[in-house]
Amino acid sequence: MIDMQDAAFGYGAEPILSDMTLRLAPGSFHFLTGPSGSGKTSFLKLCYAELLATAGRVTLFGEDAATLDRDRIALTRQRIGVVHQDCEFLDHLPIRDNIALPLTVTGRDAGQDANLNELIAWVGLSPRARARPPELSGGERQRAALARAIIMDPDLILADEPTGNVDWEMSLRLLQLLCELNKMGKTILIATHDLALIRAAKAQVQARVLRIAGGRLSTAGADL
Amino acid sequence: MSVAGDILGLLKGEAQADRVVPRSGQAARLTLAVSGAMAFLAVFALALSLAAGRLADRWAGALAQSSTIRLSAPEAEMEAQTWAVLTVLEQTPGVESARALSDDEQRALLEPWFGPDLPVADLPVPRLIEIVETPAGYDAEGLRARLAAEAPGAVLDDHTRWRRPLVEAADRLRLLGWLSLALILGSTAAMITLAAQAALASNEQVLRVLRLVGARDAYIARAFVRRFTRRALTGAAVGAGLGTLAIALLPRAAAEGAFLTGLGFAGAGWLWPLAIPPLAAVTAFWATRIAAFRTLRGLR
Ligand SMILES: Nc1ncnc2c1ncn2[C@@H]1O[C@H](COP(=O)(O)OP(=O)(O)OP(=O)(O)O)[C@@H](O)[C@H]1O
Ligand SMILES: [Mg+2]
Repeated sequence: MIDMQDAAFGYGAEPILSDMTLRLAPGSFHFLTGPSGSGKTSFLKLCYAELLATAGRVTLFGEDAATLDRDRIALTRQRIGVVHQDCEFLDHLPIRDNIALPLTVTGRDAGQDANLNELIAWVGLSPRARARPPELSGGERQRAALARAIIMDPDLILADEPTGNVDWEMSLRLLQLLCELNKMGKTILIATHDLALIRAAKAQVQARVLRIAGGRLSTAGADL
Repeated sequence: MSVAGDILGLLKGEAQADRVVPRSGQAARLTLAVSGAMAFLAVFALALSLAAGRLADRWAGALAQSSTIRLSAPEAEMEAQTWAVLTVLEQTPGVESARALSDDEQRALLEPWFGPDLPVADLPVPRLIEIVETPAGYDAEGLRARLAAEAPGAVLDDHTRWRRPLVEAADRLRLLGWLSLALILGSTAAMITLAAQAALASNEQVLRVLRLVGARDAYIARAFVRRFTRRALTGAAVGAGLGTLAIALLPRAAAEGAFLTGLGFAGAGWLWPLAIPPLAAVTAFWATRIAAFRTLRGLR
């Protein structure tokens, strides 16, 4: 799925990430932790080609990210479901249409999609489906972002703090959804600070924990 | 994939895809208004070019063909001098044919001024001799000199002298008309580019979100292109329609009237304004498409 070889990245001259070597095998479940500002979001951006490594190599689905043209990047993103930390939406469309957006932009008719309604119900947004994104709470936005990330049935799901703004009960519900997807064979990478969430996940699936600190990536001990 | 096919496809519309871009009120109104106004102007520039062209052709045609000799002589010498003139003309290189107008023809010429009952024969009206030139033309000065010697009452009325500048002016006017059309087209493209760029800039978040969920550049560009093309087409159709109407309502004195009353379309010329809305649509299509791809390249 994703292969990094000594990848490094920096916004300026100073690299904030260096010597990243990692292999995300198909069907694996990873958590990514680290202090605020350590570069988790930047790391995920490398994984969906919003940022390009300044050194080393990032391979997405077998293709070097640095050599992808704009159309290939778009096609690659169609295979990756991303929950962005800042959860941006199209503010002029109801939340239901926003969740269906990945279908719309690939020319699929979302109107009749039974999965769409089921998914909206699962993330608890049925009563809010007609609302516009600016009218939603932070937690509702995160749930909508998760729904949008998985509507396309992507092979790989990258989630940046997907439970940052929701209560524990909803966190577990969302986690359960991700675990179910993982059991169906999806590859999952979640950036989070929430250790309780990681523990809860480990009870259900084989999850590994990665840690970014001081610009380096390491595998955290199993004893959380 | 042809542009025409593309544009037809755009006009049919994809309701779903259209909605991913929010209505861009101001830029939209600007496009509509500019295309309308420019199409209106284009109709006049077109009418000007076509009318000037017709005028130039008519005058040039008349110029190429004919000149006249006016012969005033005492009654007794008239016949002799007419023969003298015709003989001179026969020997002049560049003159294809020459003939004296009959009394009836002369009367017809004078009728608009003096009424139908004019007794031409009794009046000291000059006799008119019509010359048809070869394409190469004759040497007017040489002919004048010979006429002075052989038929002192003959005056060569050489139309070229006063018509040539008119033909040149009409030709120039036609050129200016086409130049105006080109300028109008260029300005329309520039204005639509600006409007599209404004719309794209104010929708940066939309572009970013669309890219993030995997939309291809062509898809995003199409949503904008469709909007602007449709608006330019609508605006231009209204503008061209009103412009054509205004031309049709111009007062028309005589069919062969002066330049101003001749301003307008003739025959199949009325079909020309139909070309304006599609031209505006093609212009908007490319202007928006280029602007969209340029903006998108700035985003990952
Ligand atoms: N666009 C940017 N330009 C310059 N510096 C940036 C940019 N985005 C992030 N940074 C810096 O890069 C570092 C890593 O940021 P990043 O967002 O990846 O951290 P993070 O681990 O996701 O933090 P958090 O847990 O708070 O979300 C931070 O020091 C941040 O200030
Ligand atoms: Mg972050």
